[in-house]
Amino acid sequence: MDLYEHQGKELFAKAGIAVAEGRIAFTVAEARAAAEELGGTVVVKSQVLVGGRGKAGGVKVVKDADAAEAAAEAILGLDIKGHITRRLLIERGVAIAKEYYVSITFDRSAKMPLLMLTTMGGMDVEDVAENHPDMLARLHVDPALGFRGFHGVQLMAAAGIPVDERKAVGAMLAQLYGVFEAEDAMLVEVNPLVFLDDGTLLAADAKVTIDDNALYRHPDVEAMRDLAAMDPQEQAARESHLAYVKLDGDVGILGNGAGLVMSTVDVIAQAGGRPANFLDVGGGASAEKITTALEIVLSNDKVNSVLFNIFGGITRCDEVAKGLLGALEATEIRAPIVVRLDGTNAEQGRALLTEAARPEITVEKTMLEAAATAVRLAKEAS
Amino acid sequence: MAVIATKDTRLVVQGITGREGTFHALRNRDYGTNVVAGVTPGRAGQDVEGIPVFDAVVDAVEQQGANTALVIVPPRFAAEAILEAAEAGVAQIICITEGIPAHDMLEVYHYIRPRGIHLLGPNCPGALSPGIANIGIIPAEVFKPGPIGLMSRSGTLTYQIGGELAAKGLGNSTIIGLGGDPVIGTSFIDALDLFQADDETEFIVMVGEIGGNEEEKAAEVIAERITKPVVAYIAGFEAPPGKTMGHAGAIISGSAGTAAAKQEALEAKGVRVGTNPTEAAQIMADLVGNR
Repeated sequence: MDLYEHQGKELFAKAGIAVAEGRIAFTVAEARAAAEELGGTVVVKSQVLVGGRGKAGGVKVVKDADAAEAAAEAILGLDIKGHITRRLLIERGVAIAKEYYVSITFDRSAKMPLLMLTTMGGMDVEDVAENHPDMLARLHVDPALGFRGFHGVQLMAAAGIPVDERKAVGAMLAQLYGVFEAEDAMLVEVNPLVFLDDGTLLAADAKVTIDDNALYRHPDVEAMRDLAAMDPQEQAARESHLAYVKLDGDVGILGNGAGLVMSTVDVIAQAGGRPANFLDVGGGASAEKITTALEIVLSNDKVNSVLFNIFGGITRCDEVAKGLLGALEATEIRAPIVVRLDGTNAEQGRALLTEAARPEITVEKTMLEAAATAVRLAKEAS
Repeated sequence: MAVIATKDTRLVVQGITGREGTFHALRNRDYGTNVVAGVTPGRAGQDVEGIPVFDAVVDAVEQQGANTALVIVPPRFAAEAILEAAEAGVAQIICITEGIPAHDMLEVYHYIRPRGIHLLGPNCPGALSPGIANIGIIPAEVFKPGPIGLMSRSGTLTYQIGGELAAKGLGNSTIIGLGGDPVIGTSFIDALDLFQADDETEFIVMVGEIGGNEEEKAAEVIAERITKPVVAYIAGFEAPPGKTMGHAGAIISGSAGTAAAKQEALEAKGVRVGTNPTEAAQIMADLVGNR
């Protein structure tokens, strides 16, 4: 689960990490009130779950409440790489002397947390890694040992942090690692980490991702989820515990198993079609489950045909066929469905569907034949 | 001799009295796997259709000589269950459970690895050696015995390719489900080494997907020390970055972990990569035919 900047900063503040004083605003009026309350120069920042806000005009530094109101007007509703701004963070302006970058990522390859630090703050870290690799210090932390003082010293020396700054930066590194561990984070990134004119060290941004599998022990983080910003299909799928990802095509896809469904999405594209979504219905074959999944796929108006791809294992294809026929009784189907049943009891399953002779269903034997048919039907309907 | 699931397997099922645990323990036993015990804390002295239930894995090891543990318990207890099995002295642990927090798995991984214990999974379907033994939830009826080792990060995709191979009259030495999580005990490299050392395995099929760089690392190892022919398939070419595609580990982070990068790395080392499961199975069938 990706967090907004202000939510990440809430976790930071809880851990004693310095952040600028700020308020959340959902309306222009709230933004103005926040600016008046904070007084003086404030920063109006779009809260979206995507990088590149500055370049897109989503961050403005303003002198007073009138200017804050104008900035809020401009930024609320702003589309940043497909993410619409619905909330703002209004922060007290700070006098920045220096910008650094620090991150802690969950390095799957090394199976250890990876700390990265550079004095080239405020830039895209992938650019730094590519164009100035010697400026980006990296250090793995043995998870059994946890973060120790020597890790910080080693990393800061490699990054070229001046000796007189190491106490403050080292303490910040320890606190950020504490957040990474305590909150089950997959990513904690601060870009920039800033020294103010008065020598204070402060996290000026926060990019935090929490492990979905660990949310059960972080109800406070789960409660931060912005349901209003979620795609309606993704939200419905989430409520039904189905894995759904919206894509931008017109062939709806559902099947059993994440790998098989990913593969089905690829095969639709290879057949010249455009996948509308990824949906894994998982194991089992109850009519209720299939109904829910079909309804979610078809609630996307763009969908012109549906490919239902099943490889029967422990769940037998005849059970799936019965479930599907039950689902067709329970809900109205507005687009043709191509069904591919293979694996355990596939013949019995296909026979059941053929006997039922539902006009909205076309039965195919292989994944490639089914993909070709689904693509053809989508093109005919568009 | 096959690998992981063998005739020497003496299996203890952790979580045997749960619905899934009972179902799969009995299925595995029906297939011929030697299921010697089950474990559910507080249920010692009971039995599941003749399989004795113990309070802890250590009891199953001492009294029944269990050497392999199958973990089918809810996610919040699974990391502890793996560690319990490791401490009790089993040589292999297969964890089916999906949804274990990644940080918990970091601890488990670094605890298990230096002790020489073999962990398969989590979030995996298990291991099946057709005709010999089945540990986990793989539908054995789809597969035939044969010379092809099959390793995969995805369950149903493995069944798909196994089914296509079987339809061409080809079978498998062992099917190893590696699991769909970001931190898993057995990597492609570990499975490649197992297959390289296994007399029954003459060919290897590798089924990868987006996320991480284990396929890229495996490509290096294939070039370096695997002499058996390898055919690969990668899923997720159309997956958008930053979205978890069903498996917790199937996510493109920034520009890292794409299917195209994996395909390129494998092909650069001479591994043939099928563009879909059917093509991958066909490439393998041609290889076996030309042997």
